[in-house]
Amino acid sequence: MNTIVCIKRVPDSATRVRVAEDGRSLDPAGVKFVINPYDEFALEEAIRRKEQAGEGSVVAIALGSADAAESLRQALAMGADEAVLLRCEGLHDALPVSRALADEIQGREFDLVLFGKQAIDDDNMQVPQMVAEFLGLPCATVVVDLSVSDGRVSARREVEGGQEVMEFSLPAVVSVQKGLNEPRYPSLKGIMAAKKKPLEEKEVVLSSSTLMLLSLDEPPAPAAGRIVGEGPDAVPELIRALREEVGAL
Amino acid sequence: MANVLAYVEIRDAIFEKTSREVLTAAHQLAATLGGQAHAVVLGAIGVKTAATELASYGAEKIFIYEDESLALYQPDVNSAVVTALAESGQYEAVLFPATARGKDLAPRVGAKLGHTVATEVVAWTVEGGDIVVQRPMFAGKAMATLKFTTGPALMTLRPNVFEPEEKTGAGEIVSLETPEGPVRVTTTAVEIGDRNKLDVGEASIVVSGGRGMQGPENWHILEELVEALGDEAALGASRAVVDAGWRDHGEQVGQTGKTVSPNLYFAVGVSGAIQHLAGIRTAKVIVAINRDADAPIFGVSDFGIVGDLFEVVPVLTEAIRQVRGSG
Ligand SMILES: Cc1cc2nc3c(=O)[nH]c(=O)nc-3n(C[C@H](O)[C@H](O)[C@H](O)COP(=O)(O)OP(=O)(O)OC[C@H]3O[C@@H](n4cnc5c(N)ncnc54)[C@H](O)[C@@H]3O)c2cc1C
Ligand SMILES: Nc1ncnc2c1ncn2[C@@H]1O[C@H](COP(=O)(O)O)[C@@H](O)[C@H]1O
Repeated sequence: MNTIVCIKRVPDSATRVRVAEDGRSLDPAGVKFVINPYDEFALEEAIRRKEQAGEGSVVAIALGSADAAESLRQALAMGADEAVLLRCEGLHDALPVSRALADEIQGREFDLVLFGKQAIDDDNMQVPQMVAEFLGLPCATVVVDLSVSDGRVSARREVEGGQEVMEFSLPAVVSVQKGLNEPRYPSLKGIMAAKKKPLEEKEVVLSSSTLMLLSLDEPPAPAAGRIVGEGPDAVPELIRALREEVGAL
Repeated sequence: MANVLAYVEIRDAIFEKTSREVLTAAHQLAATLGGQAHAVVLGAIGVKTAATELASYGAEKIFIYEDESLALYQPDVNSAVVTALAESGQYEAVLFPATARGKDLAPRVGAKLGHTVATEVVAWTVEGGDIVVQRPMFAGKAMATLKFTTGPALMTLRPNVFEPEEKTGAGEIVSLETPEGPVRVTTTAVEIGDRNKLDVGEASIVVSGGRGMQGPENWHILEELVEALGDEAALGASRAVVDAGWRDHGEQVGQTGKTVSPNLYFAVGVSGAIQHLAGIRTAKVIVAINRDADAPIFGVSDFGIVGDLFEVVPVLTEAIRQVRGSG
């Protein structure tokens, strides 16, 4: 089984977001960047399938600035065989990014393309479905359980209050959700091996977008909460405040 | 041309509240643009009868695609039908609920049209003829303002943000023909745990428990509080609790769980880690119950009680029963 995994380099989830001077992007000063957490589930899944089958390959692709090479090295250290960086600067939204990823994937041999369900910076949840449309492939999103046999896939996806089962054939596109597996940490041996694995860099020019980012703003700090009291004796005051001050009950 | 299309989701022959929200927003946006609100719904045989109800949320036309296979969500048929309408030239915007289905579907339509979707929109305006929307990014730590440069504008709307409002529309039913396009994926089953249980992402009141609950055996005290709060209330959980196996991941609130926007959110024995707060930024009123007066959750909550939850919650439940009971 040959799998392609698309990974994005994003700010760590504990990042305190400050808007940069351009008023439209994140100020990267002091921010720790990581592989998008959902993409780690995708990587783990691809590597496990290859290990279990004892054959096949895992190619990691990231689109982003030169720094994204660091995330790709990490993917190689986890166990990917090969990495591709589609290098471009600036902010880009789902459609142009999907088109560039699809163009890169198109020329390759693969059975499965795996994605995280969502990038935790833009929270878009769009790229996997768009890439699938561009490639003309079946697609299931937010998948928590994936079984493949004889070229047929059964995927369970998370929906409100339960799960939905989708069936389709390979090649296919799947975006994954927490619960699918437990991603591994790269071993020292893996980190050493990663240095010798191929990491190809290509410059890409993205098409323009139909959605223009006008501004990014930090939401006003929430007004400091009011402690209505201590212990069960505070309950009547809480009820009163909820009913009279905010009409919430 | 200046019409707005609302994608309406039907689950188990019932229109979800999110669908009424989307219809209401479509009606308001269409009114601002000087057009009409239309609805499109795909479902099993019988959906036509149920769909007449949509007129009371302002739909002038209701496009129906009925087929037995559509009892479940079939992504390829849904995207073919919605794309064909979106391309008809009648629409300035197409609105979807930001639910599991809406968020799966909208980008499929977007790719076909060559348009990016605005995900989880919480506000819109029309400025000089352009549709401008706001949506949270970075798990709600920043708010983005975006302008659509080409129509139709595609967006998913965050649940519980746009209040449903009854309006009258003509509600003319239009049956659609079989759409063109390949079917690559088949949805074969949907397994919903407890059909009467409201999903935490859609509830208008949420009671979340954290590690302070000390074990799954204590959850009955939160279940009783939820019951006292009525049908619009649901249970949530912190990740610590889900990781410990006390509650299912479907209930997790936060960055790697659900984003919730209820009118009222109770955080009980939840410390308020940044990743938990990420899921509740658009909650309207937050109440925290925690024995640690320095817990970060108090920094974002409107009202707090410092105390042992095992003492406070039962008293709170009783007080709410009385308030609700006496109307
Ligand atoms: C990448 C990443 C993603 C994450 N995503 C999420 C997410 O989606 N959702 C999420 O919730 N977390 C998430 N986390 C985890 C998060 O950082 C916290 O670890 C978690 O939210 C803590 O859960 P908690 O508040 O239940 O537990 P704790 O932090 O242990 O807090 C327990 C609280 O209960 C109080 N308490 C104890 N006993 C009582 C009592 N008898 N009465 C009253 N109060 C009491 C304590 O004072 C304390 O404040 C994520 C972390 C990472 C790194
Ligand atoms: N710039 C990128 N490079 C590689 N993969 C990406 C990129 N952006 C998004 N993806 C993939 O698409 C998934 C969903 O992203 P999004 O639609 O932006 O929320 C992510 O989890 C990644 O797997």
